[in-house]
Amino acid sequence: MNVFLALTFSGIALGAIYFLAASGLSLIYGLMDILNFAHGLFMTLGAYVAWDVASHLPTSWGAPLLFSIAVVASIIGGALAAGLTEVLLIRPLYGRPVSQILVTIGLDLAVVGLLLGGFGSNSLSIPVPLWLIEASRVGGLDLPNSNFVALVAGVVILVALELFLHRTRYGITIRAGVENRDMVSALGINVGRAFTLVFVIGGAMAGLAGLLYAVVFSGDLISPTQGDSLLIFAFIVVVIGGLGSIRGSAVAALVVGLVQDYTNFYLGSHSGMAEIGNLSVVLLLALVLEWRPRGLFGSTL
Amino acid sequence: MTNALEVSDLHVTLAGSHVLQGISLNVPVGGVTALLGRNGVGKTTTLRALLGLVASTGAISVLGTDVRGWATHRIVRLGVGYVPEDRDVFAGLTVAENLRLAERIEAPRYDDVYAIFPELRERSGQRAGTMSGGQQQMVSIARALLNGWPLLLIDEPSKGLAPRLVGELADALARVATLATVLLVEQNLALVRRLAQRIIVLDHGEVVHTGDAQELDDPDLAKRFLGVSGVK
Amino acid sequence: MSPSVRRAAIALGLVAVAALVPFIGLHLPWILPSTVNVVNSTGTLEVLALSFVFAGVALGYDVIFGYTGLLSLGPVMYFATGVYVFDITLTHWNWPLASALVATFAVSLVLAILLGAIALRVSGIAFTMVTLAFAQAFYYLVEDNPHGLTGGDTGLALYSSRLPAFLSGAVSNTRNLYWIALGFLVVSYAVVWLVTESETGHVLVAIRENERRLEVLGIRPFRYKLAAYTLSSLVATGGGVAYILLIGTAVPSAVASVTVTLSILVMVVLGGAGTRWGAVTGAVIYVYLQQYLLKVAAEPSFATLPAFLRVPLSQPQFLLGLIFVLFVLFVPGGIAGVVTRRRLRSAARLFDATSAVPTTIPMEEP
Ligand SMILES: Nc1ncnc2c1ncn2[C@@H]1O[C@H](COP(=O)(O)OP(=O)(O)OP(=O)(O)O)[C@@H](O)[C@H]1O
Ligand SMILES: [Mg+2]
Repeated sequence: MNVFLALTFSGIALGAIYFLAASGLSLIYGLMDILNFAHGLFMTLGAYVAWDVASHLPTSWGAPLLFSIAVVASIIGGALAAGLTEVLLIRPLYGRPVSQILVTIGLDLAVVGLLLGGFGSNSLSIPVPLWLIEASRVGGLDLPNSNFVALVAGVVILVALELFLHRTRYGITIRAGVENRDMVSALGINVGRAFTLVFVIGGAMAGLAGLLYAVVFSGDLISPTQGDSLLIFAFIVVVIGGLGSIRGSAVAALVVGLVQDYTNFYLGSHSGMAEIGNLSVVLLLALVLEWRPRGLFGSTL
Repeated sequence: MTNALEVSDLHVTLAGSHVLQGISLNVPVGGVTALLGRNGVGKTTTLRALLGLVASTGAISVLGTDVRGWATHRIVRLGVGYVPEDRDVFAGLTVAENLRLAERIEAPRYDDVYAIFPELRERSGQRAGTMSGGQQQMVSIARALLNGWPLLLIDEPSKGLAPRLVGELADALARVATLATVLLVEQNLALVRRLAQRIIVLDHGEVVHTGDAQELDDPDLAKRFLGVSGVK
Repeated sequence: MSPSVRRAAIALGLVAVAALVPFIGLHLPWILPSTVNVVNSTGTLEVLALSFVFAGVALGYDVIFGYTGLLSLGPVMYFATGVYVFDITLTHWNWPLASALVATFAVSLVLAILLGAIALRVSGIAFTMVTLAFAQAFYYLVEDNPHGLTGGDTGLALYSSRLPAFLSGAVSNTRNLYWIALGFLVVSYAVVWLVTESETGHVLVAIRENERRLEVLGIRPFRYKLAAYTLSSLVATGGGVAYILLIGTAVPSAVASVTVTLSILVMVVLGGAGTRWGAVTGAVIYVYLQQYLLKVAAEPSFATLPAFLRVPLSQPQFLLGLIFVLFVLFVPGGIAGVVTRRRLRSAARLFDATSAVPTTIPMEEP
C-alpha cells in the first residue's frame, strides 16, 4: 500500500511536468493549428539557460538562492526562445500551416545539433539545494521533496493559466481565437499579437518544465535531447486531453503520468521490459482515440 | 466621401474555383443597400473579401481609404462592423465577454446596444453557446454596433429565424440603419423591401443588376435574378 | 520525342551511369564523401548505396506526404520493420532468404493496414501525432530487446549461413550491395511512378487539394489514403531490407528513432514535395552532404578552426537543420521547384492548401 501511495505521488509529479509542457503546446495548437516541434527545444533551452546562469554566479550565494535564480532563468529562457521563434520563423509563414510545422522541426534539429556540438551528448549537472534531494516523511511515507516542487509548480501554473484565460482581456482573446480566429480579427483585433503571446507563455512553461524534469526525474542532469524525448509524451497528453483544451491537458497529464508510473513499476518488474511504461502510454492513446477521436475534452478551453 | 464602399474588378479564387469574377459596386453613404443573389453566387465571399478574410485581387476602398492588401483588423478599425452569416458568436464565452472583445473605442455604446436589445443586459453572464439562434444573432449584431461605426456589413441576419422573430429583427435593423450605412445580404425579400433603398444583384460571381429597391415589386426582375416568383 | 519518352530515356540513362559507377576508378580530390579519393572506393560506394536506399524510402514517403498531403511521422516504423524482421528471421531463426523476405513484407503489410486504419480515423494534426506515437512505441519495443530478439541498444548484426555469399556484408561485396540498393531505388521509382500517374494517383492529389470535393463526388477518400499509407510503408520496408544488407547491423537509434523520419521528411522537402525526382535528388544530396560533412569534420586541420566555426560545422544535424529551415522559408518548392517553375506553383499549393490569407489557417478542417 505504501508503495502504491508513493508511486501515485511520483506519478502525479510526473503528470505536473507533463502538464507544464503540454498546456502550452495545446494552446499553440488551439489558436494557430501549429504542431510545435520546437517545444521540446524550448524545454531543453530552458534547462540550459538555467544551468548557464547558475554556473556563472558565485557559489557563495548559496544553493537555495542560485536555484531560485535558475528557475526564473529557465522561464525567461524558454519564453525568449519561443517569442523569437514565433516572430522570426512562424510569422513569415502565416497561412502556410504545413510549412510552419516543418520550420519548427528544422529549428529543433538545428539547435539541438548546435547544443550537441557545443556541449557534447554528455549531461550537465544543475546545482540544487540539498533540501531538494532529500525526502520528507508524510504519514509514514518518505516522499521526495522534488516531487512536491513539481506538484506545486503544476498547480500554481494551472490556476494562473485559468485566471489569465478567463479574467484578462488577452486571455479572453485567446479563448475566442481558439474557437474562431477569423472572427477575432473581424472584431478589429490583431490576432498576430495573440499568436506571439501564446508562444511566449507556452515557451515559459516549457522552459520551467525542462528544468523541473531534470531536477525531479533526471538526477539534476540535463542533456541536449532531453526535451525531445519529453515532447513525445507532451504530444500524447495533448491528443488524449483534446487539442486546444487546457483542462483536458491537465487531466490527461495526470492520467499519463500515473499510468506510466504504475505500469513501469508493476509490469516492468514482471515482464522485464524497461520501456513498458512508455509503451502503455501509447496504447492508452490508441484506446482513447478509438473511443473518442477528439480526445477527452473535445476542443474548448 | 460619397461612397462608403467602392469595389472594382474584385476577383476571388477559393480552392481552385473562381468564385468572384470581377465584381464592381459602390455603396453610397447612408441608408441600406441590399446585396442579393441566389444561393452560392458569392455574396458571403464578397463581404469576406471586403474585410480581407479571403485573398482577392482588384481595388477596394472602404470609407474613402484604399485597403488593398490590408490585414483584417486594420480594415475593421477604419470603422466597419461585421455580422457574419452564421453569427459566429464565441460559444465558450459569455455574452459580456463577447461584447467586451468587440470594444474598440474608449466609451463603447452600450446604451445604443441595450436600447435595441434590452434582453442582452439580463443575459450578460450566459455562455453564448447556450443561447437560442435569435439571441445569438442579437449578440452578433450588438458586437458590430458597439463602437458606433459608420459602416456595417450584415450577412443574412434572418437565416434560420422563426417568422415572428424576423419581424422583431426587422424592427431592430431599422433602428440600426439610422445609426450607420448598411450593406445587407438577405434572402428574405420582404425584409429587403422594408429596409433597403438600393439593391445590387449578383449572379455567377458578377454584378448583373444595380438599382432601386422599388424594382423588387417587378416580378420579372425577381424571377430573372433571384429564382423566386415575385414578392407578395 | 514526347516528353514522357524523353523523361524515361533520361531516367534510364542515369540508371545506366549509376550502374557503371563501381567500374569507374577515377581519382577525384575534394568532393568525395570518403577519405579515399577514388570514385569506386568502398567508402564512396557505400555512401552512394545508402543514398539510394533513402532515395527509395523518400519516394515512397512522398506518396503519402507530397502527393496525398498527409503529414505522417510514421515511416521509420516500416523502415525498422524491414530491418528487424529480415534480420531476426535470418540471424536468429535461420530462415531461407525467400521466406525471410516474404515474412518481412507480410508483417509490414499487416502493420500498415492495421495502424493506418487506426491513425486515419483522425485527420490533420491529430493524424500526425498518432503516427508519431505509434512509431515511438515501436522504437521503445525494439530498444527493450524483447526475448533478446532485437539486441536492444547493442544492436543486432546480420549473420546467416542462409544468406548467399555474394550478399554478405563483407567489404568485397560492397559492389553487389551497391547494385542491390540501386535496384531497390529503380523498383521503388517504377512503382511510385505507376501509382502516381494512374487514376489512383489523381485521386490522391485531389485529396490533397480538396478532400471535401471528392466526398461530394461520391469518392470515399479513406480507402485511397489507406492505400497510399500502405504503399509508402511497404516501400520503406524494402528500404529497411536493403539497409540491413548494406550496413549489416541494426541499432535502434540509427534505424528506429524519430530522427530517421525527420531526415526523410527533410529529404523530401529539400528535393521538392510532390515530385518524384525531387524526392530522389533531395535524398541523395542529404546523405551525401551528411557523410561529407562528417568526413570534413574528422580531418586534422579541422581541429585548428576557431570554436565558433568548428562547433557548428562539426554537426551535420545543425547544418542540415539550418538548410531545411532556409528552404522552408525561402524555397518552398524545394530543388525541383527551382528547376521547374511549374512545379513551384503546385508545391506552394500543397503548403498553402486552404488559404493565402494571414489569419485563416485551417489545416484540414476549417
Ligand atoms: N472555402 C471554400 N472552398 C471552396 N469553395 C468555396 C469556399 N467557400 C465558398 N465556396 C464556394 O464559393 C461560392 C460562393 O459562396 P458564398 O458563400 O459566397 O455564396 P453565397 O452567395 O453567400 O451563398 P448563400 O446564399 O448560400 O449564403 C459557392 O459556390 C461556394 O461553394
Ligand atoms: Mg452566404
